[in-house]
Amino acid sequence: MSLEKCPECSKEPTEDELLAQFEEILDGYVEKPGGLIPALQTAQKLFGYLPKRVLQLISMKLDIPYSEVTGVVSFYSFFTTVPKGKYMVRVCLGTACYVRGGKDVLASLEKELEIGVGGTTPDGLFSIDVGRCFGACGLAPVIMVNDETHQRVKPEKVKEIIDFYRDIEMTIIKEKAG
Amino acid sequence: MITLSINNINVEVPEGTTVLEAAKKVGINIPTLCHFEGKKPLGACRVCLVEIEGGRALAASCSTPATNGMKVFTNTKRARLARKTVVELLLSEHNGECKTCDRNNDCELQNLAFQMGIEDIRLKGEVAKPHIDKSTPALVRDNGKCIKCRRCVTVCNEVQAVGALFPQGRGFSSMISPAFMSDLDTVACVQCGQCAAVCPVGAISEKNHIDDVWEALDDPTKMVIVQTAPAIRAALGECFDYEPGTLVTGKMVTALKQLGFDKVFDTNFTADLTIIEEGTELLMRLKDKIVNGKKVALPQFTSCSPGWINFVEYFYPEYTDNLSTCKSPQQMFGALAKTYYAEMLCKDIDEIVVVSVMPCTAKKFECQREEMNASGIQDVDYVLTTRELAKMIKQAGIDFTSLPDSKMDSPLGLSSGAADIFANTGGVMEAAIRTVYEIVTGRELPLENLHVEPLMGLEGVKTASLKIEGTLPDWSFLEGVGLKVAVAHGLSNARKLFSSIENGEEYHFVEVMTCPGGCIGGGGQPRFTDDTVRQKRLAAIYAEDEGKEIRKSHENPDIKRLYERYLGKPLGETSHHLLHTHYKKKEIFK
Ligand code: SF4
Ligand code: SF4
Ligand code: SF4
Ligand code: FES
Ligand code: FES
Repeated sequence: MSLEKCPECSKEPTEDELLAQFEEILDGYVEKPGGLIPALQTAQKLFGYLPKRVLQLISMKLDIPYSEVTGVVSFYSFFTTVPKGKYMVRVCLGTACYVRGGKDVLASLEKELEIGVGGTTPDGLFSIDVGRCFGACGLAPVIMVNDETHQRVKPEKVKEIIDFYRDIEMTIIKEKAG
Repeated sequence: MITLSINNINVEVPEGTTVLEAAKKVGINIPTLCHFEGKKPLGACRVCLVEIEGGRALAASCSTPATNGMKVFTNTKRARLARKTVVELLLSEHNGECKTCDRNNDCELQNLAFQMGIEDIRLKGEVAKPHIDKSTPALVRDNGKCIKCRRCVTVCNEVQAVGALFPQGRGFSSMISPAFMSDLDTVACVQCGQCAAVCPVGAISEKNHIDDVWEALDDPTKMVIVQTAPAIRAALGECFDYEPGTLVTGKMVTALKQLGFDKVFDTNFTADLTIIEEGTELLMRLKDKIVNGKKVALPQFTSCSPGWINFVEYFYPEYTDNLSTCKSPQQMFGALAKTYYAEMLCKDIDEIVVVSVMPCTAKKFECQREEMNASGIQDVDYVLTTRELAKMIKQAGIDFTSLPDSKMDSPLGLSSGAADIFANTGGVMEAAIRTVYEIVTGRELPLENLHVEPLMGLEGVKTASLKIEGTLPDWSFLEGVGLKVAVAHGLSNARKLFSSIENGEEYHFVEVMTCPGGCIGGGGQPRFTDDTVRQKRLAAIYAEDEGKEIRKSHENPDIKRLYERYLGKPLGETSHHLLHTHYKKKEIFK
């Protein structure tokens, strides 16, 4: 279940290393009432999402039933239990983008990927997030896919953009297959 | 004291009383769903709304404290309409069909709909998705019927301290379920069925064995024998409108015979046997420790409650050696029925079907444990809860109330009063003390009516200490020893007992029953069980005990005969093979 390591720098900590690190941090939350949500937030920051074994660790250490931990996680939409997708698609909902149809772009994206904000596609490729102004207001509405900016996006064009990344993935798979 | 009026009737109540409780005092029943006796009110379901003079909004009576001079009206048009709307809303989301529902005629939602005069559901809403979880041997959950009252969450978390259930997700699509809406067999559920006992609707029920039992009864090639647990006789009557606490032992036996069981036996018989084996085991542990200086696991824990066994295996695995190796009376019975009894009749074990009637859903789990095959095949085939037996009696068209009394069959039917009290918290301990004391001293337990007073009643954790004096030569090592025992019921109380043990409290023997009140409050007993009902069943059980000619397990002549003819001696080789078992550590996360 470990995170994919960056091929260039293998120093990226593994999930196991992060877990050991987190276990130490978690000691600070033990026996503090109301420690569950802060502990979950810290974990999500560290891992990027909430892996099951982290939730199990929290349940054990804070002595809170597992069902309650997952109940709290599933209650708040800012918690996620799936790792972020390879492509993080962020839709700007800052004022300029909002006025020029950012919401429709988001809706179209959600439809295309069949997931909501904070979600990740089952194949692990795409996640959706929203942002507040990417500093390209003149070219609103704007979306970003990882570090690449796409400007003046129309809802009808969303599929095209996504297909571009899907194609890249297809090529990679084909190459691997030889 | 506080004085308030409910529908213009004045009532005086102590501070901290809720409006709901105050109303009850003057004979006014306000409907409730999420309310749970003795626990902090949730105020979630809103079915208990009442009007309070001067208040703008209606108030949830379960969570509103009574105050001086308060004027409450439960029966105004506004209050009635509001409650009706709440129930209508629940019905509009409800995915159930009363005609074919397990809870038909025994359902609080159905009752409320009737009581509020709902004839049509005007609101059309999205209906809850059915999600049926049959993953465990004991229970079936159907999310479509769940009204999200959370009683099961309260009982599982606060009464049983297991925490298998909790609301997952939010809003309409939320679900009361194990972590991540998974099935019950993926989490550490002890199968106690307390959730099924408190669920107002058909969203959690025991796994049905009725059809299997009918099939066995209909099969002419099978000899079907039944054993009934001690707690059934004090509760079964409630399914036929008897007052709680009415003993129906004789009618129950007649009904079972009329259903077609070839022999009606008593789990009480093997309860007596358990006392002999478990009492001897305790004495052996004490001897090993005191005389032989061996390291032994003490306190010894009772092992008749399968939910408790699961609890130790999941949450306190370092204590599995403390559990008595004795099987529960149900499993001792099954093992003997398919060996001792089958040999007596020269029957092939495949021809014998053993059915249990138990107050407990965890017994359905227990009979399927891989260790429970002493005869070579599964020793107990099917387990019916008290509720299921009542259903079968009704299905057969038997008019229970007019039945004459009958007696249990021999040779697995005779029992002592000590076996009766296995049904309630403190009972196994008292039964053991009656026998152990007499083995060690040669004298009868010198207590009034043979009762160990401090172990009786519904207190969560009870303790007692008994000084042993005048020992027989074999047991002189116990001379002057203060035997310290503790009793807990409801697994949250077991946790309390564990912490006191971990804090250095020393006991020799500990009894834990999974359910509040013990088996009389089991997950398979007639609904609805509160402390008043528990008290009444408890009183009935003690009355049954006191009415018996034989009050002590070791004086049961059929038990003596069993040892002479078959088992040899307590903890002997045959006993070891048939009556004892072992436990394992279980992973909480699967
Ligand atoms: S749970 Fe109650 S209301 Fe729902 S179908 Fe069953 S009997 Fe009817
Ligand atoms: S059977 Fe017992 S442990 Fe399992 S979910 Fe129900 S109340 Fe909880
Ligand atoms: S399963 Fe039953 S007790 Fe639990 S929340 Fe649903 S209706 Fe209430
Ligand atoms: S508002 Fe979207 S880039 Fe500024
Ligand atoms: S019983 Fe009062 S709100 Fe549910």
